[in-house]
Formats: sequence, structure tokens, C-alpha cells
Amino acid sequence: MSAILIIEQVLNGLQFGVMLFLMAAGLTLIFGVMGLINLAHGSLYMVGAFAAAAVAGVTGSFVLALAAAMGAAAIAGVLVETLVIRRLYRADHLDQVLATFALILIFSEGTRWAFGSFPLFLDTPSWASGPVTLPGGIEYPKYRLMLIGVGLAVAAGLGLLITRTRIGIQIRAGENDREMIAALGVDISRLYTLVFALGAALAGLAGALVGAIQSVQVGMGEPVLILAFVVIVIGGIGSIKGALIGAILVGLTDTLGGIFLPEVFKLFMAPAGATATGSALASMAIYILMGAVLIWRPTGLFGARP
Amino acid sequence: MKRTLMAAALAALATGALADGHGGVKVGMITTLSGGGAGLGIDVRDGFLLAVAQSGRDDIEVVVEDDQRKPDVAVQLADKMIRAEKVDVMTGIIFSNLAMAVVPSATAQGKIYLSPNAGPSALAGRGCHENYFNVAWQNDNLHEAAGAYANTAGYANSFILAPNYPAGQDALTGYKRMFEGDLAGEVFTDLGQTDYAAEIAQIRASGADSVFFFLPGGMGISFLKQYADSGVDIPVVGPAFSFDQGILQAVGEAAVGVVNTSQWSKDLDNPTNAAFVESFQAEYGRLPSLYASQGFDTANLLISALETAGPDDLEAFRAALKAADFDSTRGDFAFGSNQHPIQDIYAREVIVEDGVFTNKVIGLALEDHGDVYAAECRL
Repeated sequence: MSAILIIEQVLNGLQFGVMLFLMAAGLTLIFGVMGLINLAHGSLYMVGAFAAAAVAGVTGSFVLALAAAMGAAAIAGVLVETLVIRRLYRADHLDQVLATFALILIFSEGTRWAFGSFPLFLDTPSWASGPVTLPGGIEYPKYRLMLIGVGLAVAAGLGLLITRTRIGIQIRAGENDREMIAALGVDISRLYTLVFALGAALAGLAGALVGAIQSVQVGMGEPVLILAFVVIVIGGIGSIKGALIGAILVGLTDTLGGIFLPEVFKLFMAPAGATATGSALASMAIYILMGAVLIWRPTGLFGARP
Repeated sequence: MKRTLMAAALAALATGALADGHGGVKVGMITTLSGGGAGLGIDVRDGFLLAVAQSGRDDIEVVVEDDQRKPDVAVQLADKMIRAEKVDVMTGIIFSNLAMAVVPSATAQGKIYLSPNAGPSALAGRGCHENYFNVAWQNDNLHEAAGAYANTAGYANSFILAPNYPAGQDALTGYKRMFEGDLAGEVFTDLGQTDYAAEIAQIRASGADSVFFFLPGGMGISFLKQYADSGVDIPVVGPAFSFDQGILQAVGEAAVGVVNTSQWSKDLDNPTNAAFVESFQAEYGRLPSLYASQGFDTANLLISALETAGPDDLEAFRAALKAADFDSTRGDFAFGSNQHPIQDIYAREVIVEDGVFTNKVIGLALEDHGDVYAAECRL
């Protein structure tokens, strides 16, 4: 197990983490501000990826594709918020889960109807494909480095938005006391639509960025959605900082656990058994992490409420 | 979602297919038409219906139902087809876990089952049945061929990976059965995993001279794109499942030059295949995949058997099926003692042809290959 392999895996974990952050940031804002469990967040991720693939197919421009992904996901988000979700703010969580689960089915079959059952093609742009050699002789894909950069930049931008702008103040106030900011004259339903569109755009961006190295197909959002929920539970609901730390923790745990746990078990077990036990434990690792965090801090790392 | 198809009624009236005295046959097709594996089921269905339409018989009624890739749904549909629709022959299932849920009970109730895709080892060995015919392959076959190809290519040290589920374990077993070199590493990934950066880093560090992978559908797309992007240039071998016509366009450049093993390819040189490829393209506006060829062959096997006997005389009908007296798109085709195919398996290479990614046969990997489980079957 060389140092190069370890560094490469840490970079992989970091890259996975920042992409999870893009999903989790929207989810945690929507949950924190509106108190809404949005299972359809994964569908917005899928909408972003399909929009990017369609636009990249026509124009050949990756930057335009990313813009289209964010735009399409934001529009889908606004439609969903105004048509369906607005009616559910006062309903209990079970009704929200039911309605947003229905949205998953509608989005999935709608996408299949529009784009067909076969996966779409979306590739990394030529200026970002291929490996680069990092100091120390590590070869690493340029595109994944770019993903880390984009993710961290979005995190910084969101942090500024939340802490330094008027909108950010309203969002934080909305999390703390909905009635009060409504009484102070802030148009709460416009704020909700805005937050939903922002979260949706981030999910769409993640879908397009990840779709370029994975496959763009119906149902691609749901596995990521589950991990994003783990992230916001670990980070604390409503906290952007928590989402970032939680996402990177989950990314690193998942990636490094999958590599090193089998190696650890090989120290005192037969190789075949060690691989099986190690892999089994690795796939549980993030949930064990989540359990441990919840025992230590029941509201999550940076969460204010349970 | 139910479609009942009375195939080519007018043409059959002209040829008088009804007059030969065997009566009609009702086929129940349960296949995956929605969800992640939908592309496979759609191809099998389209290939099957194309052959039925081309036969010009109006006495073959096909009832198509969607199993949504869920075993419980498949079991319910099978029940309905046997009890309410009273089908004679069943076919269509794509995934081995669904086949295991449906096939044993259907064959035990006296229905003929023709598998157009799934070939779990449990149905090839001790669990074989006189009413069960597999027209595609036993699950291990293409992986064995990949191992055999690796030997001829001179590889001596392979890194192998597959998802951790029964067909994935069968895949690695199949490769290891034929491959004579050493293993640089053996990794089971999660089923449905989309990011392979960690595995690719292990491959890079392993010192292997070749990589064998079985990652069907979207998993293979992700792996190949990320592998090409990583700068690792160790050659890759795999079964055709990650290189079929349906998904190659989504993989793109990353797949070009990769060798994969298949019992069928669109450029196999025989008249049946040439006619199949041309008519499939004319009918559906896309190139056929190996799944489409399997659906097409399944229907033609059924049609050939109906020429001699109908399902009302089960004994004679089974014998007619077992004779496999039809023109396969694969060229030579015969059933082994366990009613699984004995066939040639080819090595293909991914190429670009008129701007479309497709496969070209580069050689024979295994000749007249059956499966190891036949010995355990007591038919």
C-alpha cells in the first residue's frame, strides 16, 4: 500500500464528498427553512443530467450544458414547489414523503417518455479530460480535480450568500422563526420558492457534473439521495457548514473504508474471508459513522434542532 | 400495460398456417420494460415480435407484460398468465433472480419456458427441467470466453472485478475457470455502484497486465468512462453485456478498442443474421443488440418447433424444440443435454462505423462451447 495510492484515494474521497455536498446543500436548506422532506431532490439531479446531455448533444459546449442543467433543474424545482409542495407545508412529514415519492415516479417515467430507456451520452469536455501529473508523481484525472475545485467554490459562495447577504439573513431567519419574518413583511412564499430553486439548481449542477463521468440514465438520482440524507443528518439539519463537513466525512469514509478495511482484515484473516468481511463492513461504514455522530450529538455536528 | 399482438394476420391467411392442424399457440412474455434494465427487455421483445411478424403466422398470440425488474411482480404476472391467460409457452425474463422466481414453478405446471437471456447455473445443473430451454447462454459462458481470450492474448496477470451478487460471482468464477494466469487482484463492487475511482486506483497500483470486468448496464458505462479518463492504460476484457448496441453510444470514445466476448455480433457472416440486422433496423430505426438477437432466435426456435408439433402434444413439441431446427442469427446452434446452447463464442472489438459505435468480430474465443453444469443434469 503505497503513499501514492493513499493520496489518490483521499482525493477520490474528497471529490465524492464535494459532489455529495452539492446535493446535500439544497436538501438541508429546504429541510431547514421549509421543514420539508423532499424525496424528489434526486429527480432534480437527474433532470440536470438529462438537460446537460441534451444540450451538450446539440451544441457540443460543456459550459452551456452546465448552465442548462442548472436552469432546467431550477425551473423544475419552481414548478414542483408552486404546483405541489406549497400545499404541503402544513401537512405532516408522512404526507410530504408520499407526495414527493409520487414526484419521483412522475419524473422517472416522464424522463423515460421524453428520452427513452437507453442511457444518454455526456462526456467530459476535451479541455478537462485525461490525467494530470501532480507533485510527487501522482497521476490524477483532471476532471475530478476540477470537480473538487467547483465543489469547494460553490461551498464558499453559498457560505457568503448565507452569512453576508440580505437573502441569506432572510433564509436564516426563516429557519429560526417563520411567523416572525412573515410578520416583519418578508414575502415568505417567494422566499420559499427561491430557496427551492436554489437547491434544485445545485442538485442539477451536481447531476450534470457527475453525469459526465458516470451514466446519464433514469433512476440515477435515488442512490445519491440516500447518501445526501445521511450527510445532512450527520452535519445537522439546516446547516450549510454541517453539510460540507458531513459530505466530506461521508465521502472519505466511504472511499477509504472500501479500500483499507479489507487490508486491515487481511492482517489477521485469510485473504478471501478478509475481502468479504472488509467489503461488507465498508458498505456499512457510513451508517456506523452516522450512528456514532448521533449518539455523540443527537442534533448532528452543527445542527440546532433535533 | 398490456399489449396483445395478433401477428400479421393477412399474410398468414394467404399461407394458410392454420390449416396444418397443430392449432395456435399462446406465448406469455414477462420482461423488463421499465426501470433500470428496460433497454434489455425492450430489445428482447422487439426481436421476438419481429420474428413472429416475419413468420407470417397468425396462430401465434403474444401477451407482453412488464416485470419492472421485481421478482414479486414477475411471480404475480406468471400466475396470471398461467391461470387466467392460459398461455402454452412462456419467455422473456432478463434477470437471473427473476428467472429463479418464475421458471421452476412454471415448468412444474407443464408450461414450456424458453429463456431469451437469463441462464442461472441453478437451472443448468441439478435444477434442469425437460420444459426449460435456454436460447441465450448459461451465465458463465461469456466470462469463460473472456478467460480463454485472455490466454490467447498472452495475459498472465489479471485484475478482476464484478458486482457482489450471484451473477457477479458466477462471472468471476467463469473467468477464473478458463484463465491460466495469475490474479493481481479480485474485487467485488456494490451492485449499482457508479463511482469506480477507488477501484481504478487499486488497478493502477496492482501491477496487472490486464483487467477483466463484468459490470452490466449503467455500471459499465461509468467504469469505462472513468477508466479512460484516469490514464491507466492496462488493456480491458469483458463480456458483451457492457458493450451492447444499446449502451455503447453512452460510453462513447472510452470503449473504442476494448475486446469483449459475445455469442453474437451484427457482422457475423451468415444470411439469417444479415437479414435480421437489416430488417430490425428497418423496423425499429436502430441497430439490434445481442439481446434483440436472442429474442429473435427464441421466436424462431418456437416457430420451427410449431412446424412439426404443437403444445397440445407436449412430448412431440419438446422433441421438436430440442432439435433446434432453425436458422440462428449466430450460425450453428444446438442444445446440450441440459437444453442449454452449444455454440461458438467470439471475441469482438469496439469500433466506430459511420459515426456509430459498434462491434466487429476479431476471432473465435471458444468453439462449440457448452457449460460445465450439463454433467449434473439428469435429463
